[in-house]
Amino acid sequence: MAKQKFNIIKSTCIPVAIDNCNTDLIIPARYLASTTRDPKFFGDAFMHDLRFDADGKPIADFVMNKPEFSEAPREGVHEIIVGGQNWGSGSSREHAAWAIAGYGVRVVISSSFADIHRNNLLNCFVLPVIVTPAFQQELFDTIAKNPQAIVTVDVPNQTVTNETTGHSEKFEINGYKKHCLVNALDDIDYLLSVQDKTIAYEQARAVK
Amino acid sequence: MGKTLFEKIWDAHVVQVVPDGPTQLYIDRLYAHEVTSPQAFDTLRDKGIKVFRPEQVVAMPDHNTPSDQQEVINDPIGRKQVETLAKNCAEFGIKHFAMGTKDNGIIHVVGPEKALSLPGMTIVCGDSHTSTHGAVGALAMGIGTSEVAEVLASQCILQGKPKSMRINIEGELQKGVTAKDIALYIMAQMTTSGATGYVVEYAGSTIRNLSMEGRLTLSNLSIEMGSRAGIIAPDETTFEYLKGREYAPKGADWDKAVAYWKTLKTDDDAVFDKEVTYKAEDIKPRITYGTNPGAGIAIDETVPTLDGLSDAEKVQLTAQLDYMQFKPGQKLEDTPVDYCFLGACTNGRIEDFRAFASIVKGKKKSPNVVAWLVPGSWLVRKQIIDEGIDKILEEAGFELRLPSCSSCLAMNPDKVPAGKLSISTSNRNFVGRQGPGARTVLASPLVVAASAITGVITDPRKFM
Ligand code: SF4
Repeated sequence: MAKQKFNIIKSTCIPVAIDNCNTDLIIPARYLASTTRDPKFFGDAFMHDLRFDADGKPIADFVMNKPEFSEAPREGVHEIIVGGQNWGSGSSREHAAWAIAGYGVRVVISSSFADIHRNNLLNCFVLPVIVTPAFQQELFDTIAKNPQAIVTVDVPNQTVTNETTGHSEKFEINGYKKHCLVNALDDIDYLLSVQDKTIAYEQARAVK
Repeated sequence: MGKTLFEKIWDAHVVQVVPDGPTQLYIDRLYAHEVTSPQAFDTLRDKGIKVFRPEQVVAMPDHNTPSDQQEVINDPIGRKQVETLAKNCAEFGIKHFAMGTKDNGIIHVVGPEKALSLPGMTIVCGDSHTSTHGAVGALAMGIGTSEVAEVLASQCILQGKPKSMRINIEGELQKGVTAKDIALYIMAQMTTSGATGYVVEYAGSTIRNLSMEGRLTLSNLSIEMGSRAGIIAPDETTFEYLKGREYAPKGADWDKAVAYWKTLKTDDDAVFDKEVTYKAEDIKPRITYGTNPGAGIAIDETVPTLDGLSDAEKVQLTAQLDYMQFKPGQKLEDTPVDYCFLGACTNGRIEDFRAFASIVKGKKKSPNVVAWLVPGSWLVRKQIIDEGIDKILEEAGFELRLPSCSSCLAMNPDKVPAGKLSISTSNRNFVGRQGPGARTVLASPLVVAASAITGVITDPRKFM
């Protein structure tokens, strides 16, 4: 996935108020058959079976097809998804994160994430932001009243703000990962750079 | 203060703690399958690097392999994934158990049965049900494809240290109750996110008395309540199971290994972040009614009603029941089923086939159901035939198929058609999991066997 630097994201949101939204919903199994990482392919597959019926026609009452939320993400527009609790449960398929990233989303806000999916999002340069259930509910309420409502995610300061109500929360991210996101660095390069430590570990263990 | 089993294994694999960051954890064993690995190998190619420790990696196709014949995969996309895995293994020098060979099967069945998964190891795979291998006393975690690439390149992953939880099950299991029912019971208590962020150790007398196959089933389902891993302390049952298997240590190495494995248990004074205890006698044969594995009831209970639920909960439950075509308060026993599936990394082991056969022996399959009986590996299939179980199945009108993930997920030809009701020993009843529009009820091999005979959801205790 495209490595993007993170700073301050100010955007309208897509509210996907599905609790336990599992990775089979985020991307159905048949899309797992790809052997590449084409962002367009995976972006088109994002939430596919909720967005489209068996004939490929958009399902009008699904939130992503409503006129106010159907526009594809671009700077300041729909770069944030507000999801239900336990977002991304189920399969470890990173394809789910590729789908979210491929669609153009940069931040997913929820009160809780499944562990593997949360790691996958970070590895695909999509930021998972954990907020309190009350903050999450207020976001859903705000967006329901005004689909144009703006939310700000400030990565350096680790804050998320509902600009309509002015309410703000701090979110957790460790210093290492923040450094990676702000500078668009990934874990594999880091692990390669510390290979001497790995070899030292192997040697110490072999002696035991 | 003492350490938990999980902490002992974790601590033994810490390469370093990254300043203000995660732990760099050393990985003993990486498993790879055809679905979540191709892009990882591409990453290595893009970066021009080799696999760091190829001898610690084992790969096999399982998701796309057909269960009726394995000469050829007709679906060109599935075929390409399986071929790509073979090609990548050859290019990067990785052990590969090819489709249709005696070594092949579902990774989570093959790993333990070949003793490639051993106590004390750290094990990862680009697959959430990697939690299965925790049953041998290993720390086994599912990872994403980026992390698969990291392990290929460095034999390490970066992880925050999970919290620890112990789930104790005490007492004797009732007639007709299996490890699958324990798991479905725990999940209904814990919900599908109740263990998110935790490594769960299963303990207590009930667990001690479980066979290795039962422990693998239980650990397999750990991920369905969100846990990072499930783990069971190795004991005589574990050693007995592993001894003499293909990749188990031999001779003096075996004795040395067992001496170490015996230290792999939670110290008496260790403290867990969370601890719960359940009674085995409270557990009955179980089924699910909804579209997550936590939405389950005892087989003789009725589907929950909307009474007392919040508005949000009402919406959720109604959506699940609409999809399943069930009604609040409905009894599910005696509901006609269309498909029966015995298999998957949950219940595709020899003990599961023995259990299924014990119910169907001397009876006949209902003409109204399609039954897929799919061993989890070629070794399991061989055992089934060696023990004559295939004959019992055949006489009852069942056909034994070839090892595959099969109908567990809709990636190979074993798809349940839209609207049809399937009773399945697999681990997920998600919307569309067994095929677009397919409806799945999760249950144990005993429940599936009883239902396959009657053609309706049936309590196996009637046949015991
Ligand atoms: S049997 Fe099902 S759950 Fe197990 S590895 Fe295969 S697809 Fe995944």
